[in-house]
Amino acid sequence: MIDTLRLTAEEALGLLERKAVSSAELHQAYLNAIGERDGELHCYLRTVEEAEGDGVPIALKDVISTKGLETTAGSKILAGYVPVFDATVAARCRAAGLPVIGKTNTDEFAMGSSTENSAYGPTHNPWDPTRVPGGSGGGTAAAVSAGLAPWGLGSDTGGSIKQPSALCGNVGLRPTYGTVSRYGVVAFASSLDQIGPVAKNVRDCARLYAIVAGKDPADSTTVDVPAVELPEAESLAGLRIGVPKEMNEAEGIEPGVSAAVQRAIELARELGAEVGECELPRSVEYGLACYYLIAPAEASSNLARYDGVRYGLRVDADTYYGMVERTRDAGFGDEPKRRIMLGTYALSAGYYDAYYGQAQRVRTLIAQEHAAAFERFDVLVSPTSPTVAFRLGEKAADPLAMYLSDLLTIPSCMAGLPGLNVPCGLSDGLPVGLQLIGPQLSENMLFRAGHALERALGFDPVPERLR
Amino acid sequence: MSTAAWEPVVGLEIHVQLKTRTKMFCRCSNGFGGDPNTQTCPVCLGFPGALPIVNRRAVEWTVKLGLALDCEIASHAVFARKNYFYPDLPKGYQISQYDLPSCINGTVLVPTPEGDHEIGIVRAHLEEDAAKSTHIGGGTGRIGGASTTLVDFNRGGTPLVEIVSGPDIHSSEDARRFLQLLRQTIVELGISDAEMEKGTLRVDANVSVRPAGSDELRTRCELKNMNSFRFVAQGIEAEVTRQIAIYESGGAVVQETYDFDAASGTLTARRSKEEADDYRYFPEPDLVPVEPPAELVERLRAELPESPARRIRRIERELDLDRAVVLVTGGLDRLWQATVAAGADRIAASNLIANRLAGVDGDAVDPAELAKLVEARERIPRTALDEALAQVAEPGFAADPYLAQEAVSDAAELEPIVDRILEANPGQVAAYRGGKEGLLGYFVGQVMKETGGKANARAVSELVRGKLL
Repeated sequence: MIDTLRLTAEEALGLLERKAVSSAELHQAYLNAIGERDGELHCYLRTVEEAEGDGVPIALKDVISTKGLETTAGSKILAGYVPVFDATVAARCRAAGLPVIGKTNTDEFAMGSSTENSAYGPTHNPWDPTRVPGGSGGGTAAAVSAGLAPWGLGSDTGGSIKQPSALCGNVGLRPTYGTVSRYGVVAFASSLDQIGPVAKNVRDCARLYAIVAGKDPADSTTVDVPAVELPEAESLAGLRIGVPKEMNEAEGIEPGVSAAVQRAIELARELGAEVGECELPRSVEYGLACYYLIAPAEASSNLARYDGVRYGLRVDADTYYGMVERTRDAGFGDEPKRRIMLGTYALSAGYYDAYYGQAQRVRTLIAQEHAAAFERFDVLVSPTSPTVAFRLGEKAADPLAMYLSDLLTIPSCMAGLPGLNVPCGLSDGLPVGLQLIGPQLSENMLFRAGHALERALGFDPVPERLR
Repeated sequence: MSTAAWEPVVGLEIHVQLKTRTKMFCRCSNGFGGDPNTQTCPVCLGFPGALPIVNRRAVEWTVKLGLALDCEIASHAVFARKNYFYPDLPKGYQISQYDLPSCINGTVLVPTPEGDHEIGIVRAHLEEDAAKSTHIGGGTGRIGGASTTLVDFNRGGTPLVEIVSGPDIHSSEDARRFLQLLRQTIVELGISDAEMEKGTLRVDANVSVRPAGSDELRTRCELKNMNSFRFVAQGIEAEVTRQIAIYESGGAVVQETYDFDAASGTLTARRSKEEADDYRYFPEPDLVPVEPPAELVERLRAELPESPARRIRRIERELDLDRAVVLVTGGLDRLWQATVAAGADRIAASNLIANRLAGVDGDAVDPAELAKLVEARERIPRTALDEALAQVAEPGFAADPYLAQEAVSDAAELEPIVDRILEANPGQVAAYRGGKEGLLGYFVGQVMKETGGKANARAVSELVRGKLL
């Protein structure tokens, strides 16, 4: 009997290597768990019945193109769209023998922080199904927590891997921009989108990162990536941890979240880390505002291809422009429409310099501010999300309140930096996430620090109600 | 005011389709032909998640062209997105260099009888072409009112260089000379076939007029759909005339786009803007900047052939400007030089090559054999010369078999035929005697016809002239 709730990917790999189970049996165990629990949680938009490959099964966020398997990005406009090609990350998983269990739910075009913006209905948090799993990658995060997948891939534009990992109590890495190919991943905001792993622990996360990371000739923005080292050490001796004041004292951080993060920082000190305070004033003050200019601007252009001409939904009309209008009106939900309008406005003649251009300049300042902090520190820490998982519907009617969920994850995304969420305790019975931010290409350091902390924290990633 | 009181001001936008093996941003074949939508892939069809990759050869060729146009080569050029909706634009945006193009501030010196005309090159930038739309129904051939639009994406994503000249062209003749020179430059670089009829070279003209001597720039109109150099010249002339008439009747020119209709030689204003004006340009985040290394630029500069303009000036000294232009822009000046070097008369060789070998691949011709034909051009029958010239670019062509034939120069043999022709054409004879000496050619032609091309043309014309004294 395979306990998918507890089984880590590394343990599953051990079972496969010892031939204690077959990949098909593993796959079936996850399908069984999905049959049992996904009716309530709705992590998956579709599952794959036959295991293809001899490795550890994996869940893929539905923004990742999978050859022959419908890929909708959580949108009606892509209903029925079956890619004729694999995204590079999907191809790398396939090459590594990882069978795809299924495609996981996401906010439409990865736009959202709760997965409530999926055109196919929300995903529920395994710790408390009346609450959201975070977003946009709520499907993958909830699936990993609920034992419906040992690991999965998400995409992160402003926090869509880290924030749901925090709210679901698992480990999620948003890698350095350019380390993982975006080829074949449905684009939201190209200069920010990154693909990354979600898993039950840091070592699993590192293993999956090693499979998907690396330069890709099909994505010009990718770079060579240092060899991934699986973390072993349990000490943090010599690690210089910076605690950005603004990111730890920001308005809206729940006291229970602060307390859990403080305890983790204390623990880090006990493990030998040097802890000091630092400042990122502009990053926090302007990060969110700049993000909501740059991301919608790029999105307004990236989503222009959904015109009903070649694939996906088409609503007929008498003229070409009539057909495009009706298709886009029927196919896009409110959030993509909102961002297309915002972005179109920000790029309009006469406004470009004041909005998009200015936001790009501030983005440079944010990167410089982080670089200055990394002259004194190896890693910066803060809560990943200001709050624990909130209730479904709680913020759905207030886009601004929803946008604030990503207040603390956005600045490092804007700077192209890697960030790791490590669960660090509970507040009111719900997981709290600790965000570790490193300089570019410092994933190995983040894995080491996250692994040591994870060991010391002893967080149990299985939701209490499922134990 | 009269026409002479107005000066045309013309700037040209030229699109050149590069003949790279693959498309601009994907590996699909960049070739014409093939069934519709067979040379496509997720990238050039704009499928979700597909990303562009810059064709390195296309960048090199753009730099090469920029160097040939005496441009500054940007060490940092950036692709941008030009956003608009159209069925032939699968991504909803065209990837094109915008505020940071690969080549800026160039110059083309166009040799003219009044000296070199300097035409500025504002920029030359790289972009991808749209697919090909065919609008069905509606009767206008445009998307407005069409019931169906068919799109062939084979052309979508092929590499284009757009060259923008300064408003430095002041006559249709200037425009034609400039385009001929530019085309020849492009062809010699080997980067495009640059054929207007096939659409691998496309020219739009921005036309305005101003009072002669003024340096103001008035409202301009854009002319499109002119698919030959002759039509470009005609279009410019028609537009200049139209604008002068408007100003002279006290009106004002309204900025509009006109399509040139070759059949009637007239301009038709496009009814309405079908595309939004605001393209919402921003830097393409899926691509990194184009930064050609200085060594590459220098290597390409060193590889540049001698420019057509310089060759025209050099050859002009041995012939005259018109002949030099025809030889160089026809790509036949090297053949001419080699033929002269092989002993042919300069002028005779130039006339024969320019008049009889247009469109022939000059490199395929053996200049020594051609020189023999030049030397014998009047001695051998015209039919023999025609046959020889038709074969001259074939491998292994030898002139000798044709030289063995002799044209009929014997007056005794020719005289009766000449007499017959003159008798049969009393009207022309009278006209000739009345001063229309151009009719000489007509009489010679008739005699040639009668003799099956075997008569010596010079002997015939001397005979005719003598008889009509």
